[in-house]
Amino acid sequence: MKRILDTGNAACALAVKAAKVDMVAAYPITPQTSVAEKLAAYIAEGEMDAKYLPVESEHSVMSAVSAAAAAGARTFTATSSQGLLYMHEILHYAAGGRLSLVMANVNRAICAPWCLYVDHQDAVSQRDTGWIQLFAATTQEIYDSVILAYKVTEEINIPVMVNYDGFLLSHSMMPFEIVDQEIIDGFLPPFSPAWRLHPQWGGTFGNVTPSDQYPPYRNSLAADIVKAGEIIEKNAREYQRLTGHWHGGLFDIYRPEGAEVFLLSMGSMAAEMELAVDILREEGVPAAGLRLRVFRPFPARELCRILPGGARLLVFDRNHAFGTGSGALLSEAKAALFDRKDVIKVTGQVMGLGGEDLPAAYLVQKAREMMGVLK
Amino acid sequence: MSVKIKDMPDIDYVLPGSAACAGCPSAIALRIVGKALGENAIMVMTPSCAVASIGLLPKSCYSIPVLNICFASAGASGGGLTLALDALYEKGRLQGEKPTVFTWIGDGGTYDIGLQGISAAAERNDDFIHFCYNNEAYSNTGVQRSGATPLHAVTTTTPLGKEVARKNVPLLMLEHRIPYMATASLAYPLDLYRKVEKAKSVKGFKYIEILSPCSPGWKFAASDTVELSKRAVKSGSWLLWEAEYGKLTLNNPTRLLAEGKTQPIPVEEYLKDQGRYARLLKHPQKEEYLAAIEAEIRRELTFMADRAKL
Ligand SMILES: Cc1ncc(C[n+]2csc(CCOP(=O)(O)OP(=O)(O)O)c2C)c(N)n1
Ligand SMILES: [Mg+2]
Repeated sequence: MKRILDTGNAACALAVKAAKVDMVAAYPITPQTSVAEKLAAYIAEGEMDAKYLPVESEHSVMSAVSAAAAAGARTFTATSSQGLLYMHEILHYAAGGRLSLVMANVNRAICAPWCLYVDHQDAVSQRDTGWIQLFAATTQEIYDSVILAYKVTEEINIPVMVNYDGFLLSHSMMPFEIVDQEIIDGFLPPFSPAWRLHPQWGGTFGNVTPSDQYPPYRNSLAADIVKAGEIIEKNAREYQRLTGHWHGGLFDIYRPEGAEVFLLSMGSMAAEMELAVDILREEGVPAAGLRLRVFRPFPARELCRILPGGARLLVFDRNHAFGTGSGALLSEAKAALFDRKDVIKVTGQVMGLGGEDLPAAYLVQKAREMMGVLK
Repeated sequence: MSVKIKDMPDIDYVLPGSAACAGCPSAIALRIVGKALGENAIMVMTPSCAVASIGLLPKSCYSIPVLNICFASAGASGGGLTLALDALYEKGRLQGEKPTVFTWIGDGGTYDIGLQGISAAAERNDDFIHFCYNNEAYSNTGVQRSGATPLHAVTTTTPLGKEVARKNVPLLMLEHRIPYMATASLAYPLDLYRKVEKAKSVKGFKYIEILSPCSPGWKFAASDTVELSKRAVKSGSWLLWEAEYGKLTLNNPTRLLAEGKTQPIPVEEYLKDQGRYARLLKHPQKEEYLAAIEAEIRRELTFMADRAKL
């Protein structure tokens, strides 16, 4: 294994190369662009044995990789913000069609008004498309999550989106370790799906389906994506055994010992949250950080298991769930905890939109406000 | 070179029991196309009558693999599929001969919602054949106007007749200078068959557009699909031609019309049995309108004759 210093986008591209994908299709958008550029260069220079399809829009990106995946190719794409929104129709198609796909989404605010910097509104807006959504918080985790995503999507036939924060992660240099190719090859053998869109296999894909036969398709996706949590964890363990890399299961918990106040967030702000937890601990608050790694499927059972009776949960949302008065994580967490017999107090705030800076001191102040609300 | 009906293989992509309307031009065309392409083919479709014709799952009236993708997706899905196959064959993960990839798309999916993606596939020179069966409307959703609906035609969204002319997508494709493209007609099946065979033999992006008179959409008797196809060509309303890398060749009978060696039949002969023109044909200014249509036909024939000299 080799340790290097590079950006999140570079780590992402290196992981895609290591995953030996067959085809890349992408359309440029800040801050994703350098992922697509690096992959185009790897392919052009023969460092990567794959095809690059320079499509003319993100709707076309998703249409192209979906068709390619139906033929049994391992594909990759990356996007951000408006690009992800533009794919919406085909995101549903890909998940409904149980296609094995991996996409990086470099999180960025959405318009109006225009803004180039991070929040999670793009990914949260695609919550109900049936995609698995992972959130990384370091360059190493981006690299490892992309590899893990292929393993998961090819095992469960549900597409996986690997999210990481625009600029804060995509463009910041951090040291990370590149895994030896033989180890990755052992973890991730070539994709060989049971069925391919091909005359040797026959059959048609996505036909018009009558009402009595339609629900089983949709319901099995709904059931299987819930099971994806276990599959993600199982494969993350296997990857850890091979590489020593571990970023947590469905949650990454910081200072859980004796904790009563839990600060829930995802993405890079969750890394800053560790400093906030340290400050609160110093002040005598029994705080812990809860970094959500898997937004979809939402790990409801895991959350219930982690929180002791009487716990207080403070939710830091970098998105709005419009119409609920708060963010998506708060709605999700409340729904997850509704069936608990003992009392768990939950509150949350929306912050950090459009790249608004979230230093630890600010997070501590917000945590205090939220604890005040729960008194 | 010249094909005879009896030379065409027995293979038929359209199985008995198709849910298509009687006289459906898409089904007729696909039968001919299937014979030219053979079994080693994959079809990509977008929402349209051709998809509705498949029948309900688990049945399918098409005997080859079909990807039923979304409406604007033809160009990108055709391109993604063919490039993925290239990768898989080159890496040896698929063995044998690469299947022919083709898209089978209506005028809505070609002229309107899908135009951007198809233009991009043409520009990239993706290796597949894009077929547009042009029935000059969104037939599947109940015959609304499309960018291919001609002037004066009544559709459910142009109840007084369309006030603007259709756009000329074949000409747009011609200037994409793709390796091969052609227009075709159901009344000239041997010409269509030959063009499909030619397209199959060429690598890169191919475009074939087939005028597809739609009985319920255009309001004519279901037995007359081929007859109307013929009158469209003979009146100069639909031109038959092909082109390699932008080098245009007119095909007969269009060439004879363009060279002035034969005269087009009066356009009224083509329009009169189509209910969608009933308003036009009863209009007080009918003669004026018909004269304008014929002048437009002459302009286009002259334009194409001159363009063929380039
Ligand atoms: C994004 C989207 N918008 C609208 C539709 C509804 N729709 C289904 S088929 C169709 C018309 C298809 O027209 P065309 O491509 O000409 O094929 P035809 O029905 O004439 O065979 C429309 C508008 C859709 N399926 N998807
Ligand atoms: Mg149509």
